[in-house]
Amino acid sequence: MIVADRKPLEEILNSIKDYKKIMLMGCGGCVTVCFSGGAKAVELLASQITMARKKDDSEIEIVQCTPERQCEYEFNDAFKDDLASVDAVLSTACGVGVQAMAVQFPKLITLPALNTKFMGYPVEHAVWEEKCAGCGDCVLGWTGGLCPIARCAKKLLNGPCGGSSNGVCEVDKDTECVWQLIYDRLKDLDKLENLTQVREPKDWRTSTNAGQRKIKFEEAML
Amino acid sequence: MKAASTLEKVLSAGHFAVTAELGPPQNANAEAIKKKSAHCLGKVEAVNITDNQTAIVRMSSIAAAALALSHGLEPVVQMVCRDRNRIAMQSDILGAAALGCKNLLCLSGDHQMFGIHPEAANVYDLDSIQLIAMVKKMRDDKQFLSGDPIKEFEPRIFIGAVENPFADPFEFRVVRLAKKAAAGADFIQTQCIFDIDKFARWMELIVKQGLHKKTYILAGLTPVRSHRALIYMKNNVAGMSIPDELIERMEAAEDPKAEGVNICLEMIEKVKQMEGVAGIHLMPIGWESITPVILEQAGLLPRPQV
Repeated sequence: MIVADRKPLEEILNSIKDYKKIMLMGCGGCVTVCFSGGAKAVELLASQITMARKKDDSEIEIVQCTPERQCEYEFNDAFKDDLASVDAVLSTACGVGVQAMAVQFPKLITLPALNTKFMGYPVEHAVWEEKCAGCGDCVLGWTGGLCPIARCAKKLLNGPCGGSSNGVCEVDKDTECVWQLIYDRLKDLDKLENLTQVREPKDWRTSTNAGQRKIKFEEAML
Repeated sequence: MKAASTLEKVLSAGHFAVTAELGPPQNANAEAIKKKSAHCLGKVEAVNITDNQTAIVRMSSIAAAALALSHGLEPVVQMVCRDRNRIAMQSDILGAAALGCKNLLCLSGDHQMFGIHPEAANVYDLDSIQLIAMVKKMRDDKQFLSGDPIKEFEPRIFIGAVENPFADPFEFRVVRLAKKAAAGADFIQTQCIFDIDKFARWMELIVKQGLHKKTYILAGLTPVRSHRALIYMKNNVAGMSIPDELIERMEAAEDPKAEGVNICLEMIEKVKQMEGVAGIHLMPIGWESITPVILEQAGLLPRPQV
C-alpha cells in the first residue's frame, strides 16, 4: 500500500489562506488504512482548520467528502456538484489522487494536504515501513524476499557495504541493514550461493529514470 | 572581473566574441585533443569542451580542458547534471579551477536514453539553474552549497549557461533565460540556429526585457556539409527548428560544403547586426577543421588582444 503522512498544519493553512470555501476531500483507499487521509482524518483536519481560521478572524466554509478511491475518476465524479461551488480542493489523498483530481477538474486548484512517502506495510500497529521502490525489475527472487533497492541507503546489489555493523545501517542507527537481513535469511534457507556471484549493473530504465511509466493490460482493454 | 578569462575580457571590452566546440575523444588519446586544438589556436577566445555529449562516454571534459590549456587554448569546461551529484560537482569545480580553467558552462545534459548506456541511472541531484547558482555561490560568497566556507582560493569562474530559443513553450524560453541570468549566468550560448527568423524574434523579446545587459548572449551556429545532416537533425533532435528552404538550398547546391560555409557566413552577418548578440559559438559537429576557414572569411580574424 501507499503510505502518506500529513503535512504540518501551518503549511496546509498557508496553502489555503486565499480561499473562503474549500472541499476537503479524503480517500477511502491506502491513506484510510494508514490513518492519514480517510474520513476520520478529514474530519479532524477540518476542525483544526476551522479553529485556526476562526482565531485569525477569517472564517472558512469546508465541505467534506471521502470518495472510495480518489485515484479513479468515477468515484470523484459523484461529488462534481459540490465541487462546482468551492474555491479550491484540499486533498488528503496520496499524490496519485491529487493528480487525478487536477486532471479531472482542470479549472479547480487541488492542493495536497499529505506528503506521500512510500510503498510499504505495517510492521506493527500504526507503524509502517518502506518495502518496495517500484523499480520495475523485481530482485526479491534471489534476495530472500527482502528488497535492497528500497531498503539499502546505497541501493547496493552486491552488499553489504563496510558500514554494516551489528545488523545496523551506518546511515541511521534505527535502520536495520537489509543486507545483513538478506544474508541471514539466505543462510537459513541454505541459499547463500545467491550471494556469491557478482550481480551485474541494474537496468534503471524500468525505474523512474526514463520518464513516466505506463502499463497496458491488453486483455482488459475496451 | 569575475574570473579574468580571455572570454570575459573580450566580452566586457565590447568585442564580438568567438568560441568553438571541441569534443573529447571516445578513448584515452591525448593527441586527439592536440590535433583538434590546432584548428582553434589563436582563432577563438575559448574552446568549449563537451561533457559526455549525447550521453556517449568520452574523455572527461576537465581532463580534456587541462590538455587544451597545455596547448595554449582557453577552455570552457562543460558540466552536466546527469552524471554527478552536488558533492562531485563542487569537487570537480575546485579541481577544474585548480587546473587553470576559468570558464564553466552549466547544462542539464542529454538524457542517457540517447547514448550508449540507456540503462544507466541518472543523477539530476541539481538542475542546470541550481548548478549555476551553486557556482556563483562558490565564487562570490566563497561558500559551498551547504554554506560551509571555502577557505581562500575560491574558484574564480566565468559562468556560462545554455538556452534553446527553438524549444517550447517559445515565450517561456525568455523567462527561463531570465532565471539563468538571475541565478548567475555571465554568458549564454544558444542552441544551433538554423531558423534565423525565429531567433530574431526571440532576441527581440530578450532585448525588450533588457536581458542582454545582464548576460552576454552568444549565438550558436553549426556549419553543415550536406542537406542530409539537416534532415537528420530535423527528424531526430528535439527542439530544433530547421526551415525547409534551408534544406532545399543545401540539396540544390553543386558544392554542398561550400554552400554550408556560405550559409554559416550569412548567419554570422545576420546575428552580428542583431541588437543584444555579443558573439558567436561555433559548433561544427565533426568538422572542426572548418572553424578557421569560416572565421577568416567572416572577417573575425585576427582576434582582439585583451
